[in-house]
Amino acid sequence: MNMKHKYDENIALEIINEVGARPEMLVQILQAFVVKFSYISESAIRLIAKELNLSRAEIHGTVSFYHDFRTTEAGEKIIKICQAEACQAMGSRQLTAHAEEVLGIKLHETSKNNAFTLEPIYCLGNCACSPAIMIDEKVYGKVDTKKFNQIVGLK
Amino acid sequence: MTLSTKVFIPRDTASISMGGDEVAKKIKQIAQNQKKEITIIRNGSWGMSWLEPLIEVEVNNHRIAYGPISEEDVIDLFDADFLNGGAHPLKLGNTNKIAYLKNQQRWTFRKCGLINPTSIDDYIRNRGFNGLKIALKKGSDHILKELEKSGLRGRGGAGFPTAIKWQTVANAKGNQKYIACNADEGDSGTFSDRILMESDPMALIEGMAISGFTVGANKGYIYLRSEYPNAHSILTSAIKTAKKHNWLGKDIQASGFDFEIDIHIGGGSYVCGEETAMLESLEGKAGMIRYKPPLPALEGLFGKPTVVNNVVTLASIPDIIDQGGAAYSTYGVNRSKGTLAFQLSGNVKRGGLVEIAFGITLRELIEKWGGGTASGKPIYAVQVGGPLGAYFPDSLLDTPLDYEEFAAKDGMVGHGGVVVFDDTADMAAQARFAMEFCSIESCGKCTPCRIGSTRGVEVIDKIVSNKNREQNIELLNDLCETMIDGSLCAMGGMTPFPVKSALHYFPQDFKPEIK
Repeated sequence: MNMKHKYDENIALEIINEVGARPEMLVQILQAFVVKFSYISESAIRLIAKELNLSRAEIHGTVSFYHDFRTTEAGEKIIKICQAEACQAMGSRQLTAHAEEVLGIKLHETSKNNAFTLEPIYCLGNCACSPAIMIDEKVYGKVDTKKFNQIVGLK
Repeated sequence: MTLSTKVFIPRDTASISMGGDEVAKKIKQIAQNQKKEITIIRNGSWGMSWLEPLIEVEVNNHRIAYGPISEEDVIDLFDADFLNGGAHPLKLGNTNKIAYLKNQQRWTFRKCGLINPTSIDDYIRNRGFNGLKIALKKGSDHILKELEKSGLRGRGGAGFPTAIKWQTVANAKGNQKYIACNADEGDSGTFSDRILMESDPMALIEGMAISGFTVGANKGYIYLRSEYPNAHSILTSAIKTAKKHNWLGKDIQASGFDFEIDIHIGGGSYVCGEETAMLESLEGKAGMIRYKPPLPALEGLFGKPTVVNNVVTLASIPDIIDQGGAAYSTYGVNRSKGTLAFQLSGNVKRGGLVEIAFGITLRELIEKWGGGTASGKPIYAVQVGGPLGAYFPDSLLDTPLDYEEFAAKDGMVGHGGVVVFDDTADMAAQARFAMEFCSIESCGKCTPCRIGSTRGVEVIDKIVSNKNREQNIELLNDLCETMIDGSLCAMGGMTPFPVKSALHYFPQDFKPEIK
């Protein structure tokens, strides 16, 4: 199910005003944009700069600092595979290699049919049920290759 | 009167990640079909993550546990009459008699699993808000005295005495002060903040309110990592409820004290767990760390005096005030007083949260609670304290869990994460990852961290591919020293610890001809 909206300036303005059109809310605004539109577009940067009375360079600096704030549109499902130590100890490297193979994309890439985006993530706090992955906002634990295929809807 | 049987199904991330929501749905559905009167309570987690979803039924005022339960087991459970505590291969008996839990010393986490995290009645029935009531009655000096007696040190990792920090903020001049709760639990292998926020969020709210009252702050922020959406929704609901019942907001319980809490979500940056980077991020900026001094206690959020404490630190305080600082300090050893919620994970049979007094050895923790490796293979390396903690070999596993004992061995207790690796681990790859992670997460402000981490990856690659091996090992050690001495914060300053320990204790892994 794709909950994401195409970028729309009216919705964007609503978000900015709802979160608060103040410079200290910038990270919160960007986070809300990513949730809504999946990425921060150039138009979004221009709009936020205008509304918060900051320069585009300042917005860009903040956007590029944080891993969450992607600047290209994501696929319908964003699959994040934990790459941190606890998951490494339970085979996350192998799981990542498997995911890259079956989805035909590397980490940070989006599949051609726009169905999946694969991203690394560093700890989901589900370390006692590792390896863990997250799809949109749902976390899955003890994911082996078979469970992975099931979750993403491959045979 | 129809008697409705209470069924508890945790709503923490571990449980949900193992199918907790589906199990809840299935139980509800079958109960309806079989016309059984049940009340499903989505409690928090007891922290026995390897048993999740761990469901419980209340029978004659006892809670009987079953787990781990999959959707497919549910029909079997009904057939076994689990609603009356019937026998089943997955029956674990009375929850509070499960050895893993019984042998702990639960203080901060005593309500986790027991209560519905968003029920204020559950919270109050279990001595909730007693600490805040005492604070409001006895005043700031009393709180500071009890805190000092408790010996509580920051549970986020640095272990700084909480009483001194609060006293500094209390003494600081200014009519605007802040409480900033660091809930950016980014260390791999740590999840105690998450479990606390998902299982007993009001303890955090109460701890923050006590902190605000003590130092004279009327505004608190929880800086929560974006990787924790479930904690976000539970915290949001708990804050709303606390406000509705006047435990937050204006004139709390007619005391004249106002306190508000806002949640800010991070942007997926590890370094924002460093306190000054977190403050920058709370101000809406990139999480570049700040020079210290000035200390955040004097010039913190928006330049105002700020208490920056970790989730578990703040959540430990209500009971310290309620039970008295002396009671807390009876736990623990030396300068490590009280309890720490250790988190067992990685290649371990029984991963989960173990709150216990400082002083037991790492081996005891891994064997008695963890039950050894999940794979059944020998333990090879253990990383304690997150990605910046050293890798310990078997010969160091008898080190007592104590801040100073660990520091004496170039290790760190940190936030209490314990990640176990079996003998299939390649420690050269782990050392390389430590440098790589630093290069990905470095804020870029200081050169040793920003450039050193990238050079570190390259040098390790050269060592394992046998290019000028001896010179490159020397170079790597030099680089580590530069990063330790020259970095502005723990990110660059501690990344060398996993690297150096891997090289020192597991040199065989750096030789390609052997492994």
